[in-house]
Amino acid sequence: MSNVQIITGNQAAALAAKLCSVEVVAAYPITPQSQLSEILSSYVESGELKAEYVRVEGEHSALTVCISASTVGARVFTATSANGLLYMHEQLHWAAGSRLPIVMCCVNRGVGAPWTIFNDQQDSLAQRDTGWIQLYCRNNQEIIDTVIQAYRIAESVYCPVMVCYDGFVLSHTMMPVDIPDAAGVRAFLPPYQPHTILSPDDPRNLNPVLFPGQRRDSEGVLRDGYMDMRYKLQAALEKASETIRAVNAAFAEAFGRDHGGMLWEYRTDDADLILAGMGSIASEATVAADRLREEGIKAGVVGIRSYRPFPKADVRNAFRNAKGIAIFEKSISYGYEGGLCSDLKAAFYGTAIKAPIHNYIAGLGGRDVKARELAAAAKNSLAGFEKGMVEPQTTWLNTTTG
Amino acid sequence: MPENLFKLNAKEYILPGTRACQGCGLSLGYRYALKALRENTIVTLPACCLCVLHGIYPSTPVMIPCLNNSFASTAASAAGIVAGLQALNKTDTTVMAVAGDGGTFDMGIQALSGAAERGTDFIYLCYDNEGYMNTGTQRSSATPMGAVTTTTPILTKQQHKKDFIKIMDAHDLPYLATVSPSYPIDLYEKFVKAKKIKGTRYIHMYVPCPPGWGFATKDTIKTGKLAVETGVVVLFEIENGKFRFTGRSKTLAERGNRLPVINYLEKQGRFRKMNIEQLNQQQAWVDGKWQEYIRRAEA
Repeated sequence: MSNVQIITGNQAAALAAKLCSVEVVAAYPITPQSQLSEILSSYVESGELKAEYVRVEGEHSALTVCISASTVGARVFTATSANGLLYMHEQLHWAAGSRLPIVMCCVNRGVGAPWTIFNDQQDSLAQRDTGWIQLYCRNNQEIIDTVIQAYRIAESVYCPVMVCYDGFVLSHTMMPVDIPDAAGVRAFLPPYQPHTILSPDDPRNLNPVLFPGQRRDSEGVLRDGYMDMRYKLQAALEKASETIRAVNAAFAEAFGRDHGGMLWEYRTDDADLILAGMGSIASEATVAADRLREEGIKAGVVGIRSYRPFPKADVRNAFRNAKGIAIFEKSISYGYEGGLCSDLKAAFYGTAIKAPIHNYIAGLGGRDVKARELAAAAKNSLAGFEKGMVEPQTTWLNTTTG
Repeated sequence: MPENLFKLNAKEYILPGTRACQGCGLSLGYRYALKALRENTIVTLPACCLCVLHGIYPSTPVMIPCLNNSFASTAASAAGIVAGLQALNKTDTTVMAVAGDGGTFDMGIQALSGAAERGTDFIYLCYDNEGYMNTGTQRSSATPMGAVTTTTPILTKQQHKKDFIKIMDAHDLPYLATVSPSYPIDLYEKFVKAKKIKGTRYIHMYVPCPPGWGFATKDTIKTGKLAVETGVVVLFEIENGKFRFTGRSKTLAERGNRLPVINYLEKQGRFRKMNIEQLNQQQAWVDGKWQEYIRRAEA
């Protein structure tokens, strides 16, 4: 039986954390995440959620508390945005290096300077190489479902997961969401089994200094050096693709909703022109694709759900018949192009996918971008492709670039 | 009060073969701190001299579980351990965060102040060797005026040491104490006491550092004693706001027979460039602090 409620993205994330019975929450409020930390506070104070809530003095400490609590064996949750996430940066590496299954929501917001409180994805994209799994949500239903999936993924591969959703566009927008039932979530998500517990019962020195090479322990067993441990993190992230797909399938089986494993596709079967993106902009692109189809252009959309690990095999399959590709991104790798564009091109290298690609930077700092503008941009790309443009210069949508 | 060292907990929690420097004041003090806290303890620490003492993977000489964390995060790391243990109903374990003066006075102050304000149930041990010793004797805000460090190599440090204990005292902690490894029974007792108290307990340990301060490795205990005899280091505890001199400092306060600070300074290479004006300022600074403590004890 469904339990549909009209809620914001932040409410969806908070409900998900509660359904997952998190044991320790540590968060520092930041727009547009604040509502999420407030709701969790009230869950904990009212006793609805039996957890320790550590009201830390900053985001660096928020993630540190999660790291240490996870190390002693508790299931933990945190959330942040923009500069808060940047302030955590050191600890993002620490969490991944410690192989802790921390789940964090990143409520995507542009970063300063200058200040903006509005949405783009520069914050999480800038954390690409920290060893975290990054999943992007297109609507509030996907937020609640992805947070629940994130714990199962994280606790299977012992890597932290960042669940990213667009600030205001999703965080503060109310949508109907089917709330999974608590018993169903308990059945879907087994209790957290830590890989190592910090305990006086078995004293260990965790995360100590390492030599570059392997070394023997007191019993003569050869132990990893730093680089061997780094390789294991990379191997775990690579293996995580399989887990993400499997968890998505198991979730669809249990709850009847399939959000795509590594990515989702919309009307791509016969599409000549494929629009691509992550999060709400990709969702908006589906409306653009419909408009284009009304004009006789066979358009479809690929939404990247898992940015890391990158869905290399999945995109090779999804784009195999594309004749033109328009990639819309809410972030930029300064001095080059959108990070997703680079990654897609790299994934296509050496394959039969030779479609021309047009990269659009859109919606930075909340700059409005409408479905009809995405449609118009894609149409322009198509016109250029037809004239033989293989790779037009990156275009900044709705921006004065003179 | 144990009348001698043989009456203390005989169990050793640090095996021989640590990677600390010869004559390290920290290794002496830490040994007695762990003896007082005993097995059911978890330690967390940042990159610092103690991290070196704890050894290089895959071996450690320390028999107490330890979580290494990043520099600015020591107290938050303890807060996470405490919250995790609380959530799992394992509340009988003592959690101790340990950091040097760099990780406490400087980079760690935010997390420590936050954890203390929240009343986090843990012991915070700051071992103060008055500089960034692990990275090669650079200046910290705990370095005393007139000291040569590798980042004050010519002109010496121009500012007085930050009065960090006053900052911690402003958090109205249930327990705050200063200790020196030169007075191990006083040190041991304070840790035994701290273990029994709930809430944030702050212990400040002065640890003489032979390579950083420029004295012979055999003189660590002597140097620590001279610091107390001259009033540069004052042994006391503040329990729920009540100040009390302890040990040798109590005797000095009663008798008023502190030695001049030059007796302490002249034995250390780091003060070799100190001029007479700095010496006078140092004496006046120590006298001023001492008077503050006397007034506090009388109140």
